[in-house]
Amino acid sequence: MNTPLAPHYKKPLWETPFAERARALQQRDSYVPWAGYSTVDVFTTVEQEYFAIRNATTLFDLTPMVKYRIAGPDAERYVNRLVTRDIRKLKVGRVSYVVWCNDAGHLIDDGTVFRIAEHDFRICTAERQLDWFMDSAIGFKVEIEEVTSEIAALAVQGPTSCFVLKRLGLEGVEQLKPFEWRNLSAAGRPVMVSRTGFTGDLGYELWMRPEHALGLWDDLMDAGQSRGIRPIGSQALNMARIEAGFLMPNVDFISAEHTIRLNRDRSPLELGLEWLIDFDKPHFNGRRALLEENRVGPKRRLVGLDVAGNKPAHGALLYSDEAGLKEVGHVTSAMWSPTCKRNIALAMINTPHEGLGSTVWADVYLNRELMWERRMLRSQVVERPFFAPARRRATPPNDR
Amino acid sequence: MSSVRPDSADVIIIGGGHNGLVCAATLARAGQSVLVLEAAEHVGGMAITRRFAEGFKVSAAAHLFNQMPLSLVRDLNLKHHGLAFAATDLPTIGLSPDEAPLRMGDLDALNVRSEADARAYAPFDRRMNRFGKLIHAILASTPPRLGTTLWEDKWALAKMALKLRLLGRKEMRELLRIIGMNAYDLFEDEFQTPVLKGVLGFDAIVGSNFGPRAPGTVLTYLYRRAAEVSADSSTFVQPIGGLGTVTQALARAAEAAGARIRTQAPVARILVENDHASGVLLESGETIVANTVISNVDAKTTFLNLLGTEHLDTGFVRRIDHFRSAGMTAKLHLALAKRPNFTGVKPEWLGGRLVLSPSLNELERAFNPTKYQSVSATPALEITIPTIHDSSLAPTGQHVLSSVVQYVPYSIKGGWQTHRAALTTQLIDLLDQHAPGLRDSVVAAELLTPEDLEKEFRVTGGHWHHGDLAFDQFYMVRPVPGATQYQTPLPGLYLCGASSHPGGGVMGLAGRHAAHRVMSKSP
Ligand SMILES: Cc1cc2nc3c(=O)[nH]c(=O)nc-3n(C[C@H](O)[C@H](O)[C@H](O)COP(=O)(O)OP(=O)(O)OC[C@H]3O[C@@H](n4cnc5c(N)ncnc54)[C@H](O)[C@@H]3O)c2cc1C
Repeated sequence: MNTPLAPHYKKPLWETPFAERARALQQRDSYVPWAGYSTVDVFTTVEQEYFAIRNATTLFDLTPMVKYRIAGPDAERYVNRLVTRDIRKLKVGRVSYVVWCNDAGHLIDDGTVFRIAEHDFRICTAERQLDWFMDSAIGFKVEIEEVTSEIAALAVQGPTSCFVLKRLGLEGVEQLKPFEWRNLSAAGRPVMVSRTGFTGDLGYELWMRPEHALGLWDDLMDAGQSRGIRPIGSQALNMARIEAGFLMPNVDFISAEHTIRLNRDRSPLELGLEWLIDFDKPHFNGRRALLEENRVGPKRRLVGLDVAGNKPAHGALLYSDEAGLKEVGHVTSAMWSPTCKRNIALAMINTPHEGLGSTVWADVYLNRELMWERRMLRSQVVERPFFAPARRRATPPNDR
Repeated sequence: MSSVRPDSADVIIIGGGHNGLVCAATLARAGQSVLVLEAAEHVGGMAITRRFAEGFKVSAAAHLFNQMPLSLVRDLNLKHHGLAFAATDLPTIGLSPDEAPLRMGDLDALNVRSEADARAYAPFDRRMNRFGKLIHAILASTPPRLGTTLWEDKWALAKMALKLRLLGRKEMRELLRIIGMNAYDLFEDEFQTPVLKGVLGFDAIVGSNFGPRAPGTVLTYLYRRAAEVSADSSTFVQPIGGLGTVTQALARAAEAAGARIRTQAPVARILVENDHASGVLLESGETIVANTVISNVDAKTTFLNLLGTEHLDTGFVRRIDHFRSAGMTAKLHLALAKRPNFTGVKPEWLGGRLVLSPSLNELERAFNPTKYQSVSATPALEITIPTIHDSSLAPTGQHVLSSVVQYVPYSIKGGWQTHRAALTTQLIDLLDQHAPGLRDSVVAAELLTPEDLEKEFRVTGGHWHHGDLAFDQFYMVRPVPGATQYQTPLPGLYLCGASSHPGGGVMGLAGRHAAHRVMSKSP
């Protein structure tokens, strides 16, 4: 029943089932490729879209998110050996944020695991992983299938999103706790709803069969009219995810399966994801290497930075001293946060310069009408996330 | 009177092949309590003597003893434990339908065929000996690790570099020139006589998956020379009672040193506790505990079946899965009513090693069909008639012919069920061309294809070396990175079989190196 996609040599970028509506609403002709699909980067203006995330309801088409179905008698053992968290604890009806590593304990990618049934999981991830997943299946009774094009997906995020979904007719959606999913329906259309997202705000993700995509979009836009609903592109989403402190593959880390140069791989310990590692569960990929790294301590860590001034420290090198004599790291993501009113960044900093409260200096270059000015900006290591409103967790959410 | 306490030992060795036994004897002599668990009814693995027809016995896989260092034979007192030789210094005779049989190393005979060859042979042989000795240093030691920081590994690398340098500039260059080459080009450069080149080529590829034109076959040639020519080694030898005598003696040596051996005890699983090997589960359901588990079983079976991939990382499993281990060598056993008569083969040669590999081109041609899962009409043969020296293997006056058959693929189109009988007949016909009348004297015949070898000896692919000996599965990276130096990713689990450096052949070095590695790791 899923629409067969044209081979890439005929059509380099596919369209998602929402493309027709997105095309009608976008005003910038600003598209970006994502995992083989064409997706909207900006619909109107980044600012408008960003503020909708924090103040209203937004729609983001995440169909290109790569989805795998993992099923079979060994599915639980398989996923448990694949990822660093203890998946035995994940109950049917729940979702878990996970990472998976190679033998050296270096991050290949992160993603979410849905436990669909006792022996049936879904893993959603930004990039294709079939090679690694298949090789990881040697010795396990599991079947692995990519189901990306069989499932259309829409993120509905923002403080009024619960209200909009209720209005849409998704009965009981307000009961969903963070990282729970349920099969609901709206106007006769089956929709799987999970309380997950990439914005750090109240929000949900809707998973449906492609043939229901356009109808659902239309109903959502109607239901959300009074709550300022609007579609958003990836740029606005990127702002929200930096505020939420989430990592972006190929920005904050590069998959260990893709790096070429030495020492470009990153471990979950370095990325500040130690809370995702369970050393007490049975063996998992990279466990022995991570134990050793944990023993000696990671060489560097990804931290949050509060940078002086209001100029984003994109890609800045970081020094331990204002004179810039000793380089200790670099910025991976940076922005002026409109909600926090702070100049924030994610940065990889060598130990021991990465401790909470430490000061480092960001070497920032500003282009002032074609003249470059260099600034050493005092930056302080601060807690992540930068923005974590209580509403993201409240159940039932305030539904005005 | 069954005891409730499970059986236990310091060290469990899974598999009683010759390497497992050498390892057991070495560890037991060092005072460890060792238990060998062998699946079959008898120890020996691919070095056993067994019945194959009423009244006839044969060395079932390995049939010539030429690789085990004398020092090992002496250290383990194998002569005291029953090892005796029926014949030593067996000559190698090259057979060909186009030429008279040629005894290798017979310069006068060679001179008749080609003066140039007779002149070139001795210097060539000396050089190969020299290179062989250098390679022997590689066999005789545990390989260092790549990217190492340990001084012992660095020292080993430095020693190797020094040995290479000590060859002298010219010889070193020559070695580096030829080491990655193929046997075909090297022997074509050196010689003219087809059968001479055919036999040299055979020695470069026997037991492997390559034709003589495949890169790396000079390495495998030197490798074989290394085991043979080193001062430490004997040349072709036929033990009394076949190769089984070697492993029986090893078993006795191990037991004399205090090791226990249990046969008919197939291991089903390697047990793991707190990420450390903790014992084994037998197919019978019995559990045996140990601090150290050493596997003589091939690497694929050890990791993928006995340990299980859930205890390993994906990248490692991927490498083990890719470890090339499909065998290409079969074994033919014939019970003969009378002594065969090979045309042109002198009586004193008949007990030797008869190699049917008429030329390099014939050899390459014999290889070609295997690429497409079929088998050549004229494979290369290494024939021995052990009953010439050892009458205990057959009824009086009758004989056993044992032949290695090179280039018989593991899988064949249509399956071996439908091809085994035809290939057996074909091989008997081929032999009959060189030994007229042989066909009519055949009382019984047995052909062990790689698939049969896999079943009988529990070796993945039925491979001579448990896995190809090739540059990418060699020395520092054998069997795969992560399982070198006899260690494995799982603490407490070691390898000691032919999958590990220096590979197969009844050499015993993998077993010995592994034992030393285990001792250096245990307190
Ligand atoms: C056709 C052929 C001809 C050969 N000819 C020669 C020759 O002439 N000269 C020579 O030097 N070499 C020869 N070889 C090579 C040589 O036989 C092997 O390389 C060598 O015997 C390997 O010894 P090993 O101890 O490493 O392993 P193996 O001999 O394979 O021993 C492994 C042991 O483990 C046991 N085992 C496996 N699974 C289990 C389990 N689950 N539980 C318990 N036990 C288990 C097996 O039964 C076996 O006894 C030949 C090989 C072949 C195939």
